[in-house]
Amino acid sequence: MSDFTNPVEPFLRTDRMPHIWCPGCGIGTTVNCFARALIESKIDLESLALVSGIGCTGRVAGYVKLDSFHTTHGRAIPFATGLKLANPKLNVVVYSGDGDLSAIGGNHLIHAARRNIDLKVICVNNLIYAMTGGQTAPTTPSHAITSTSPYGTCEPAFNLPHLVEAAGAVYVARWTTFHVRQLARSIAEAFNKKGFSFIEVISPCPTLYQRRNKLGDGLDTMKYYKEKSKVKHGAPTSEVGLTMTGEIIVGKFVDRDRPDYQTMVRAQLTESLGDRFVEQAEMVCS
Amino acid sequence: MKADPRGVLTGVHFLDGDHACCEGALAAGARFASGYPITPSTEIVERFAARVPTVGGTFIQMEDELAASITLQGAVWGGAKAFTVTSGPGFSLMMEHIGYAAMTETPCVFVDVQRGGPSTGLPTLPAQADMMQARWGSHGDYEIIALCPNSPQECFDLTIKAFNLAEEYRVPVMFMMDEVVGHMTEKVVIPPADQIEVVPRRHTRKPLGEYLPYQTNGDMVPEIAHAGEGYKFHITGLTHDERGYPNMTPPVQDKLVRRLQNKIRNAADRIALYEEENLQDAEVVVVSYGITSRVAQRAIEMARAKKLPVGKLRLITAWPFPETKIRELSAYVKAFVVPELNLGQMVHEVERAAAGKARTFAVPHAGGSVHHPEDILKVIVEACR
Repeated sequence: MSDFTNPVEPFLRTDRMPHIWCPGCGIGTTVNCFARALIESKIDLESLALVSGIGCTGRVAGYVKLDSFHTTHGRAIPFATGLKLANPKLNVVVYSGDGDLSAIGGNHLIHAARRNIDLKVICVNNLIYAMTGGQTAPTTPSHAITSTSPYGTCEPAFNLPHLVEAAGAVYVARWTTFHVRQLARSIAEAFNKKGFSFIEVISPCPTLYQRRNKLGDGLDTMKYYKEKSKVKHGAPTSEVGLTMTGEIIVGKFVDRDRPDYQTMVRAQLTESLGDRFVEQAEMVCS
Repeated sequence: MKADPRGVLTGVHFLDGDHACCEGALAAGARFASGYPITPSTEIVERFAARVPTVGGTFIQMEDELAASITLQGAVWGGAKAFTVTSGPGFSLMMEHIGYAAMTETPCVFVDVQRGGPSTGLPTLPAQADMMQARWGSHGDYEIIALCPNSPQECFDLTIKAFNLAEEYRVPVMFMMDEVVGHMTEKVVIPPADQIEVVPRRHTRKPLGEYLPYQTNGDMVPEIAHAGEGYKFHITGLTHDERGYPNMTPPVQDKLVRRLQNKIRNAADRIALYEEENLQDAEVVVVSYGITSRVAQRAIEMARAKKLPVGKLRLITAWPFPETKIRELSAYVKAFVVPELNLGQMVHEVERAAAGKARTFAVPHAGGSVHHPEDILKVIVEACR
């Protein structure tokens, strides 16, 4: 390898480059942070699996050199749940977009948080459905113009940190793609956490969201993130909802401990079945 | 390979079809199920939830059938043999992931204990009206395998077969029970583990770095690897090449989808299971499956008592449809009589395979109960004329 190899290159399927993301898109930035977090936390890459749903962020699974699964729309979390339960030794990351995780996959999101399945969820929130051409998402701020709300959306947007905290997540953080170091640190932190962790990354879609709403290009969005973000660790998640041009509260909002799903199951079965309980063996049936 | 004795409840039992299906899954090596409650299938996972912690495995009740039908596939890629169970309304929701399993070649079993539909229909009453849905319900071109047990004993035996076929062909297998078979209680003999043949996963033996997830090496079925073994493979529901990488071009689509079809179609005669009786001298053949085959049996006996030249063909494999057998028979029989608990599904396949050489008579029933043998007999008499 030449001396000029990018340090994140070993984490990528370079034979799949160039990627499909637009100039100014923030997804690649988040992948960079993810790779740096892996380097920082010295995670065993062989026991790391990444699961994506459908959409622009859903394509992350195809670019990382890991056991990676590009599943169906909204179902990355239940797929990841099966993977984790069958092989608890795996570190399972769900990497997907806001529409995938909170609209079509919203039911799975809240139930995985409720069960406290040991998954690390990275939710890249670009405030719209980008892959399909910029339609309204549950995360689209009120009044924003999208291809399916040409006169402005009137629905209130989901406040995702508030939602997952209420559902039971043990770790909740939000950053923007401007906050690359903080984001990488948060991802590394989530790896040290057992249970359902959720990191929201506010990310630009200059092609569809920023352009339609006359919010400038990728660089203008970085400036907006820089100027309007306020770091408030421990902020009450009920107060971190987003508006179109207002303040973006970022930081680590929730960091708490409660037993994860598999720990609870084992405890329950040991108590109820005593000697009759048989620990799940390696399931590998080859 | 022989069954893992820990999962095998050897002995003579008095079980309903649902419970027998659960025991079949355990005997086949299934150690993971994800489900969502729906009558009349729930007893299968209720039993599994009670049994599997004592043999080492997992049951999780998911938030809906969309989740249940993909959670099990995550478990398969984590190394487990896994299944889910449902009935019509849930089966409709699972179609998305039957397509995903077909496309990603995830070996797994979907049990559908059929009830009357459409929609919520008849929650606790039988039908056989999901037969076409089992074959065609998900979008795009693909093939699946579907088996139809007609007794609790077969719910045990054929569930093992279903898992074995899933592993052999890396395909989702539909286990098409019906409410009566699911809820009827009969003697079920579970043999010792060393008499139960279990097909192991087609796990790759290739060294790291040489494995390509969808390379077939001349065979129609690729080898599999599990997450966490170091292969760092990629799986997608997008059209993909041998590396598992998305490649959405017509040639790659053509090669992939044809292989997904042909790995089953070319093996159809090998997969086809059926039971036959008195076909040598038959002029009319009653073709039936599942619970209806037991009513048909009575109708056939009544017809033969009247000296009518009637034979029996019971389909155990519904898909791939055993059309070679129908084609052979249609060369010398006059007619087929096809009773089923729907208003005409598999009868169209019989008619297609007979290709006009023999007449085809449907004996439709909208579901909610089984046929009266007399109703089938009446059509047999008409077909014999």
